[in-house]
Amino acid sequence: MLSDKDRIFTNLYGVHDWRLAGARARGAWDNTKAILDKGVDWIIDEMKKSGLRGRGGAGFPTGMKWSFMPKEVKDRPHYLVVNADESEPGTCKDRDIMRHDPHLLIEGCLVAGFAMRANAGYIYVRGEFYNEAQHLIAAIKEAYDAGLLGKNACGSGWDFDLYVHRGAGAYICGEETALLESLEGKKGMPRLKPPFPAGAGLYGCPTTVNNVESIAVAPTILRRGAAWFAGIGRPNNTGTKLFCISGHVNRPCNVEEEMGIPLRELIDRHCGGVRGGWDNLLAVIPGGASVPLLPKSICDNQLMDFDSLRDQRSGLGTAAVIVMDKSTDVVKAIARLSYFYKHESCGQCTPCREGTGWMWRVMERMVTGNARIEEIDALEDVTKQVEGHTICALGDAAAWPIQGLIRHFRPEMERRIRARTEKLAAE
Amino acid sequence: MAMITADPKDVPQVEHFAFTPEYMAKVEEQIAHYPPGRQASAVIAVLDLAQRQHGWLPRAAMNEVARILDMAPIRVYEVATFYTMFQLRPKGKYLLQVCTTTPCWLRGSDAVMKACQHAADGETFSVQEVECLGGCVNAPVVQINDDFYEDLDEASMNKVLDAFRRGETPKPGPQVDRQTSAPEGGLTTLKGE
Repeated sequence: MLSDKDRIFTNLYGVHDWRLAGARARGAWDNTKAILDKGVDWIIDEMKKSGLRGRGGAGFPTGMKWSFMPKEVKDRPHYLVVNADESEPGTCKDRDIMRHDPHLLIEGCLVAGFAMRANAGYIYVRGEFYNEAQHLIAAIKEAYDAGLLGKNACGSGWDFDLYVHRGAGAYICGEETALLESLEGKKGMPRLKPPFPAGAGLYGCPTTVNNVESIAVAPTILRRGAAWFAGIGRPNNTGTKLFCISGHVNRPCNVEEEMGIPLRELIDRHCGGVRGGWDNLLAVIPGGASVPLLPKSICDNQLMDFDSLRDQRSGLGTAAVIVMDKSTDVVKAIARLSYFYKHESCGQCTPCREGTGWMWRVMERMVTGNARIEEIDALEDVTKQVEGHTICALGDAAAWPIQGLIRHFRPEMERRIRARTEKLAAE
Repeated sequence: MAMITADPKDVPQVEHFAFTPEYMAKVEEQIAHYPPGRQASAVIAVLDLAQRQHGWLPRAAMNEVARILDMAPIRVYEVATFYTMFQLRPKGKYLLQVCTTTPCWLRGSDAVMKACQHAADGETFSVQEVECLGGCVNAPVVQINDDFYEDLDEASMNKVLDAFRRGETPKPGPQVDRQTSAPEGGLTTLKGE
């Protein structure tokens, strides 16, 4: 188990003061100038060596992402954009960073902005997080007043301005190019890539979009050293990670743990176990709504990291663990996610706009068994036609939960269809 | 995606909308966050301010936002109808946004929704089903105006609603004995200083 001295988010639960004085007492903003003085190349190299993979879901190496920005600023300014549009069902970790440790994020923005030669950054906070945004705004003001942001930030000679931009309710704006569209004052409809944001992002300028957690851990990594972070977790899956465990556990919670922690240990140690005991477990969605669920048989020995979960054809995603015990109507649980994706599709690409609605309607019939057995295959076939055929990954995200359900719970789906058919025949 | 019109026919529109000086100062502060010529970036923030001032967003407010930001009105209507937090019709004093997405549903959002629907009278309370609010380890969650009420069940939801009816503002956050997102009954990490 991770020890407290290796935890980055030491005020995760808001027990202590979230303001500048409290954050400083916990080690934030400790000689940030010294980090910046080591230079852009050193920072990016350390981030690469730390093995940090993006915490927003895709797990792309953060240091490498930063290195994609142009090496010098030409006619267009560079921008840092932080994705705080946390909306993936099951996920509520960035919320805790913003409301309880906003200075970790703000210091991270300065370091990341400096490393990508950006003089300005925007933090795109989902609109529903009104109070969280207010903490962030207050903390940014404190940082300006203390000379940590703005002109000659931290005495480093680098100018850096940081702004909070609130959204207004749209899951799709968590997709980085939709987020940029929204930031420009438009509907959140994803852009085709390429061009990638590092070439043409916000206002057509070089931009890097990072998740809140990826940015907030950066100063601690740079202060304590890449080797420290890389020494936690497993190879290629290093460091600490915020897990959000929801659903049928005795005590749902957020917790910072080591990457690669066994799923069962995570639930037993921090959540008081599965409701009714481990044997009462039915399935777990291990990484937020869009990753395929895993039945208990796989959960028994599952490690919680990117590669281990990919090996089970699922994913770590945002590390949002949704637990379902044996009382769960698992088809209905997934059908509700299908409704979510139908509701949140931006409507731009036909396979997603039409497909999410179609898949949801069929899933609703699967809940009651009002279908034919062959329709399970038709449903799976349609998920494959949506997957990979849209501009952004929302189509994939809508397809995967259904694919996971069919992969692991097809007998249950067939049972419902047969039961209903037999009931109708008997009447 | 949902089909929403910027000008619902059954909603009595207002003739005129203008920001008060107090709100106008906030509008200008928001516009200043963006580079010159990029004032359209402030459209969400300015629409939100209009909604806060007026209670909901009539067509006249959208037109005023378009004028201030030098945008074509249709671009503002597009934004106002795309994002779910913009209210295009009048609503009650307290807007109950009940999350029913899977993590909340697993922990009993149906009963919470029932309590809210029972209370909805269109004047004190309006109710909306919303998608994941991002408070999943404190499910079920209901957002009431700007605040999250968490770890609810039917009884505690009714208690919260009763408090609002009495003109009080019940304490937001977990409605059980719990420190924010920490496990109920005591910390498992970060115990020492």
